[in-house]
Amino acid sequence: MAGILRLDHVSKTYPRSGAALVDVSFELNKGEFVFLVGHSGAGKSTLLKLISMAERPTDGEVRVSGFSSLTARSRDIPQLRRRLGIVFQDFRLLPDRTAEQNVAFALEVTGVPQGLIQPKVARLLTQVGLASKATAFPHELSGGEQQRVAIARALVNDPFVLLADEPTGNLDDRATHAIFLLLREINTQGTAVIMATHDVALIQRANLRFLEMDKGSLIFDGTDVARLVADMRGRR
Amino acid sequence: MRLALREVVLAFRRAPLLALLGVTTIAFSLFAFGLFGLVAINIRSALVSIEDRVEIRAFLVDGVADGQVDELMRGITKMPQVADVGYVSPDSALQRARAELDEFRDVMEGAMLPGSVELRLKEGARDPATVLAISQRLQTYPVVDEVRYGREWVEKLYRIRNIAGLAGSVLGAVFALVSVIIIGSTIRMAILARAREIEIMRLVGATNGFVRLPYLIDGTLKGLAGGVIAVALTWGTNALVSRSLLGTVFFSTQQVLLGILAGALLGLLASWISVGRQLGRIWREA
Repeated sequence: MAGILRLDHVSKTYPRSGAALVDVSFELNKGEFVFLVGHSGAGKSTLLKLISMAERPTDGEVRVSGFSSLTARSRDIPQLRRRLGIVFQDFRLLPDRTAEQNVAFALEVTGVPQGLIQPKVARLLTQVGLASKATAFPHELSGGEQQRVAIARALVNDPFVLLADEPTGNLDDRATHAIFLLLREINTQGTAVIMATHDVALIQRANLRFLEMDKGSLIFDGTDVARLVADMRGRR
Repeated sequence: MRLALREVVLAFRRAPLLALLGVTTIAFSLFAFGLFGLVAINIRSALVSIEDRVEIRAFLVDGVADGQVDELMRGITKMPQVADVGYVSPDSALQRARAELDEFRDVMEGAMLPGSVELRLKEGARDPATVLAISQRLQTYPVVDEVRYGREWVEKLYRIRNIAGLAGSVLGAVFALVSVIIIGSTIRMAILARAREIEIMRLVGATNGFVRLPYLIDGTLKGLAGGVIAVALTWGTNALVSRSLLGTVFFSTQQVLLGILAGALLGLLASWISVGRQLGRIWREA
């Protein structure tokens, strides 16, 4: 099966803080669910930034859905972003807009005709289980609910891959599990997911492929959770 | 577009004072241009009417023979710049002086006035340089004693016009610079206030142009408003001077429209510069 996302010997060095990624290569297949695991500072966020082309690699090549980091111009990037969904640990919702307005905003600014926005927003909020709280403002929602709004917003363009940077980092166990189930459900409908986390227990339960990062290097790519548990303990 | 206009209104509500300040400085910038421009065009129209009366008078030496006068007249008529020429004999000069200066009638009893030749130049040949050249040419005739013309006046008016033009440009440019800075900082504030929204717009794939558009519209509208105010101020000043001091000329419709357009362009330029810099900063931080 063809990879929809491929990193080829990718390195990223910042002028001040030094190497953030060292010679990382992997491939993501269509509709796959992959965890990205490692301690903070291991390079998870940098890796996701390179995939969304917020940054370009110092070395190597990132290929995402037909775009290459070597040839993409900065005005191509909005087109790439419309094929990705991105969610963060801190949700990044607009505090002065309701849940549905936050989701609608992403459609408005990408030029979707007004008439199509309302039904799509309603459908997405239903999908993430928040239809009843469409008119609530972010501060009226729990952390888990806010992340659901953010996920709904990330899905507006029907992305082929969802990049989730520690989406459960601010949530308690119950909410974490619920968000994970939601991401799995989205995944079963065909969207690939890369979920960065340092929650080893979650990976243990899920028994899915994971990419283990340490000091900017990809040190393991597979499903051997026992190894991961030992690794994470050893480095603590 | 609808979204962009909504942002413009929001930006105005967020910092109305700063927005007004931006409009005001653009207005003052163009007002300075306009005022001195008005002085310049009025001096020009004054120059045209004065130049209309520019005449060169060549006083002749005493006791010139009629034949010599005829020869001089023929020579002058051949000059392409000369519109018409007339001879004033010593007798008619005295008569004219008596008529014009009635109070000095006694003094002039038995006085002798020199004969002279008066000539007027064609339109387009009344600038100081041509007047000087013709005068020097007349001076070469042996019968000509002295040549006089309103040289000082013509040159002074030309100089005033140039100074007015320069002063207007300098003052206008200073105001223009200030307005660019102020409009730039209003946009900076607006962008910082919306840093989060802009970050999300980028995240979900809004194009650069889409992000920029509201700010460019904002700047252009401010410039347009400034231009209209400047025209109103200039017109008001002109009307005031016209009524209380002396009749003046106002700009043509085309010049007025050009002024308003200049305001819009100034606003657009200011916002263009600022948007580029501020968005660049947000991109890097995000």
